[in-house]
Amino acid sequence: MWTFFHKLGSPPWLYAIAGAILRWLVPVTLVALVGGMVWGLLFTAPDFRQGNSYRIIYIHVPAAVVALAGYYVMAIAGAISLIWRMKMADVVMKAAAPVGAALTFIALLTGAIWGKPTWGTWWVWDARITSMLILLFLYLGVVALYEAFDNKEAAGKACAVLSLVGMVNIPIIYKSVDWWYSLHQPASIKFSGESTIDPSMLYPLLLMIAAFYALFTCCLLMNMRAELLQRESRTQWVKKIAGKESRR
Amino acid sequence: MHPVRKQRLYLVLFVALFSSVAVGLVSYALRGNINLFYPPADVASGKAPTGQSIRVGGMVEEGSVQRADDSLEVSFMLTDYQASVPVVYIGILPDLFGEEQGAVASGVLDSEGVLQATEILAKHDENYMPPEVAYALENSGYDKKGKTK
Repeated sequence: MWTFFHKLGSPPWLYAIAGAILRWLVPVTLVALVGGMVWGLLFTAPDFRQGNSYRIIYIHVPAAVVALAGYYVMAIAGAISLIWRMKMADVVMKAAAPVGAALTFIALLTGAIWGKPTWGTWWVWDARITSMLILLFLYLGVVALYEAFDNKEAAGKACAVLSLVGMVNIPIIYKSVDWWYSLHQPASIKFSGESTIDPSMLYPLLLMIAAFYALFTCCLLMNMRAELLQRESRTQWVKKIAGKESRR
Repeated sequence: MHPVRKQRLYLVLFVALFSSVAVGLVSYALRGNINLFYPPADVASGKAPTGQSIRVGGMVEEGSVQRADDSLEVSFMLTDYQASVPVVYIGILPDLFGEEQGAVASGVLDSEGVLQATEILAKHDENYMPPEVAYALENSGYDKKGKTK
């Protein structure tokens, strides 16, 4: 058990483990994404008020949910790298930031596209949308801050602190629609009590949320592998892999 | 745990706690400004400023929507079931605008307490269901939130 965790701390092992996970996770993700998309877009009834435009929920909600969860992954990895000085935690943090930024951007973009026909506006500065925009800036901030340092150890520390400070934004985004008057509606999927979305629409949505979690994990692992190769480019094990690839 | 690591753990917890408290205090201080709109009850009790642009949000009262024959002018009442605010608007309404539905109107309150709106946004609620389910609920005497009418 413990040897497995120790192996995660070693770059060649982490690279191999990530590769082994990706080998089956990528096809599973693709099947779930395509399945959820087809189910949600073609085989569910239109909404009683919004008609077909509600179907953007199958992209918007999963992207937003995973963008929030991904921030915790980044911030907790940052905390681990600060406290235990684990280099591999640093790799996770750096790999998570661009993926989270992309998901946040997708959520904001699909929200705007949905908002125009539904609310009558692309954008409004309400609590939910503004805090989500701050999340995008936090993700981009971590990416930019990392690149701003020449010393990558200092960069990792600065990014970890930034992501820890930004963590307070996540519950604010989540609860913003309950705490303040906002244009954005409250959550339809409820952890306690009955969800206010019909089961026939909810099941494909849950599948899409699971698929986006898997997609996030795939992108994270791929980013980590690329980052590991770059960091360790002078070591023997990377040269061995590079040699194997070039001989093909 | 190694004392140095323990110290760093406390530092991390302190940073997380301190930033949460700071943001909490700021948003508590700004709590009025973070709200996108005033509910009609606040307008009725005089908490909303007159003479400057504000937003008022609530439900469009049933039977209150009146359209002019010769222009795009429309008037309706926004209510939170405690108080109502009359709204006048000239322009095209969003598709989801309707009676017994949420809406947010931005504009200026005139001296008679009428909101001269420059923009109307429809507010969607969290209920999603196929039309047949909505129809069945309607017939069974329950509203879309599952409460008896």
